[in-house]
Amino acid sequence: MFKVFDIAGSALSAQTLRLNTTASNLANADSASSSTEQTYRSRQPVFAAALSEAREAVGVEVRGIVESQAPLRQEYRPDHPMANEQGYVFLPNVNVVEEMANMISASRAYQSNVEVINTAKQLALKTLTLGQ
Amino acid sequence: MPSKLDNALGIHEAALRLRAQRAELLASNLANADTPNYKARDIDFKSVLAAAQSAQGGGGLQTTHARHLSETGTAASPEVLYRIPVQPSIDGNTVDAQREKSEYMQNAIQYQASLHFIDGQLKILRTAIRGD
Repeated sequence: MFKVFDIAGSALSAQTLRLNTTASNLANADSASSSTEQTYRSRQPVFAAALSEAREAVGVEVRGIVESQAPLRQEYRPDHPMANEQGYVFLPNVNVVEEMANMISASRAYQSNVEVINTAKQLALKTLTLGQ
Repeated sequence: MPSKLDNALGIHEAALRLRAQRAELLASNLANADTPNYKARDIDFKSVLAAAQSAQGGGGLQTTHARHLSETGTAASPEVLYRIPVQPSIDGNTVDAQREKSEYMQNAIQYQASLHFIDGQLKILRTAIRGD
């Protein structure tokens, strides 16, 4: 029964990390730069089941954070302070709509895992009062 | 003598253990609701409980000598099966969060029912001991 707390807790931290990357992506959605190398790229966490070979209950872990390989946005803005010699600025490949959907999904997943922990806690407390 | 006490709680003790194990599995399904290639898992409660029941009901090992070890009523570790997805997603994940949530809630209520039954058995024992 106590493994429930570990498992749901791992999901809470994973979903928090996902919310963090979403916040970072949304905050940098318009960070312009003058070259493709310096431009911010959309960051996405990679989720994997911890010990996926085990035939028992497993938590979730974040294997790493990958940068999106989608093409950057390029805009002709000669008056922009970051514009290069040709008058172009490079903008991140963050898809704002996708990030909003990600945010909602992460917050809902977080909520359901909190509920799982609450229910497990109630059951454990009930078990403690057994025979009283 | 302690075996008599074990039997006093009947099948409910095995059921409680199984419910706790199932809670862990369902929590792991919910924790991995967004993990690519994770397959939702569950145990067939009915068949495992039936196995435990037959083991307790004398259908298990026979003892032909006084010094033979008696078989305890523990159920073998239940076989973990994969859930058949209703609507599999393109990333290979088969977790249906709504279904897992409802199964988890149902499992929690049944866990409390098992607790209640054990509590009743303990009350009976206490009444018998006190004799009032």
